[in-house]
Amino acid sequence: MAVRSKTSPKDSRAGQAPKPASTISGVPVEALYTPEDLGSFRYDEKLGDPGEFPYTRGIYPSMYRGQLWTMRQFAGYGTAEETNRRYKFLLSQGQTGLSVAFDMPTLMGYDSDAPVSEGEVGRCGVAIDSLQDMEDLFAGIRLDQITTSMTINSPAAILWAMYIAVAEKQGVQPAQLGGTLQNDILKEYIAQKEYIFPPAPSMRLVVDTIVFASRHMPRWHAVSISGYHIREAGSTAVQELAFTLADGMAYVDAAIKAGLDVDEFAPRLSFFFNAHIDFFEEIAKYRAARRLWAHIMRDRYHAKNPRSWMCRFHTQTAGCSLTGQQVENNISRTAFEALSAVLGGTNSLHTNSMDEVLALPTEKAAQVALRTQQIIAHETGVTNTVDPLAGSYFVESLTDEIARGALDYFKRIDEQGGVLACIENGFFQREIADAAFRYERELEAQERIVVGVNAYQEGTRAEVPTLKIGFETERAQAKKVRALRERRDGTSVRNRLTELQAAARGQDNLMPVLIDCVKAYVTEGEIMATLKEVFGVYREPTIL
Amino acid sequence: MSTASRPSSKPAPRTEPASQKKIRVLTLKLGLDGHDRGVKVVSRALRDAGVEVIYAGLRQTPEMAVEAAIQEDVDGIGVSILSGAHMTLIPRVLELLKERGAGDIVVFAGGIIPDDEAAELKTLGVAEIFGPGTSLATIVDFVNSRLRK
Repeated sequence: MAVRSKTSPKDSRAGQAPKPASTISGVPVEALYTPEDLGSFRYDEKLGDPGEFPYTRGIYPSMYRGQLWTMRQFAGYGTAEETNRRYKFLLSQGQTGLSVAFDMPTLMGYDSDAPVSEGEVGRCGVAIDSLQDMEDLFAGIRLDQITTSMTINSPAAILWAMYIAVAEKQGVQPAQLGGTLQNDILKEYIAQKEYIFPPAPSMRLVVDTIVFASRHMPRWHAVSISGYHIREAGSTAVQELAFTLADGMAYVDAAIKAGLDVDEFAPRLSFFFNAHIDFFEEIAKYRAARRLWAHIMRDRYHAKNPRSWMCRFHTQTAGCSLTGQQVENNISRTAFEALSAVLGGTNSLHTNSMDEVLALPTEKAAQVALRTQQIIAHETGVTNTVDPLAGSYFVESLTDEIARGALDYFKRIDEQGGVLACIENGFFQREIADAAFRYERELEAQERIVVGVNAYQEGTRAEVPTLKIGFETERAQAKKVRALRERRDGTSVRNRLTELQAAARGQDNLMPVLIDCVKAYVTEGEIMATLKEVFGVYREPTIL
Repeated sequence: MSTASRPSSKPAPRTEPASQKKIRVLTLKLGLDGHDRGVKVVSRALRDAGVEVIYAGLRQTPEMAVEAAIQEDVDGIGVSILSGAHMTLIPRVLELLKERGAGDIVVFAGGIIPDDEAAELKTLGVAEIFGPGTSLATIVDFVNSRLRK
């Protein structure tokens, strides 16, 4: 077979070799890939059939022919009642799973009437202070009929306890509940910075949820190990993948150390990746993620159950790729990103709304975002064939390249003493900040073009309708939590908090006592304040 | 963290012309959100452009911001906020600066701030609001022209 040289494809139009190019993350890309690039490529070793080790081609044999990905739009704003109405609307529009966005006070463990909550209540998600709000959030929605994802980290165990308690009131047992808790504290220290406690007690809380899920909630994913926020903070694709899988290994280590067998919990670990704008790089990243994780779980942790080897993941299109200029263009960006996630075999997907760079999405914008997924699913035909890009000289080369880059990072992380050491010494934070700055400089130098931002600009920005959250939400929510404190049984609250404090000082799993607390309508802020007394709070090394 | 990378190792003359004195800027994240990508990139760009940048980090309250600005004797405060609490927290920074007799410190902001609210903040005294997609050169130019005494 004659193999063409890939080095200098000639083009009669210019008579020149093509200009050097790289992915948005800086991985060099050739103009042409040939069989030469694949070298001694072995199908069984690199790919395997879909549903077979190492799952490069997907974790299920028939992928979307069997079942489409879950269309799971992240939503939440204002009060629980308002968000409940949005959920019912989304479900009526064909969405197949719920995903709760909490406001900043909830994410940071404060009640709505706390002084630091002022101005923040209900603004970037729904305000939840107590079980009462959680009951309102899911009013009229049967929790055994849907699956729910909750994007919360430091206080994740508390919000999960509230969900379990709401279900119980509906007559639904914990074992019947399906869903995902983000609960990935490591990436908070690394990227999103919504940490509260120091790493050690934070890891204990995560392990407690993993143990509780493995014993009582077989349909629940206790942790969603997230690269999304790492990427949004400015990392490259390789960093996103490498740091996320490294975090995954840290959770596996911690759960094993707590006495679990790897196959007891690994089948319920799930991941969450970003779908950025560089189309093939993203597809390569998802494929590399599955291959790497399969090897890690089988070869490093000796997991026996094939389900422990599978990298299941949710994907969200890249918020950081959206532009405030010419916001309608964001519909196109999101569509390309979503398509890469589908071609990369995602298990569930959130598509961003065009206006999210300006505010929380309007109902109209959220609907267009959901419709984008439905168009990919039902009109484009891309779901008919599993992993249609397999065997592409380019995609396979890029998949290998991304995997190599991740392996190199694993080595550097291990050499520094692991994930927690790299958080403390600022390695991750510095790597990400450097990448973010490099990218911004490339934009400044016009080495990269973002339409409407540094090319094809328009003079003035058109008026875009945005969702407004008024101050009345904050006042109403603060009033509601104060009224609750008046109404509930104060003795029971004090007793539960005393029990919580004792449990936090000890070694026992905290989930049962947290469930007791929320059932007594102890607020999130009260629980977190008690835990802070025992665990302390974290201050990060400030790295510019 | 403060950076002092003067081009010459000679100590600066005490009576250097005002126009050559380094501009000092305090940058920080106001409110509860932890999205620090933007503030870090801008801080680095300003530092590279010769501005003395003091980055105060995450979860600063208006009180902390104003106290630090006065202690550090800065010419400007660059506030980053993506949580939606800007209409509560930024006006308070302005009020506190006035109360402390430091109303001459220039406040500028970046983050997710809708146009109408950006306009309102500007009438309250915020010098400039830099939304998503603002070039670093624009921010550096602003600091060089508006904060040079």
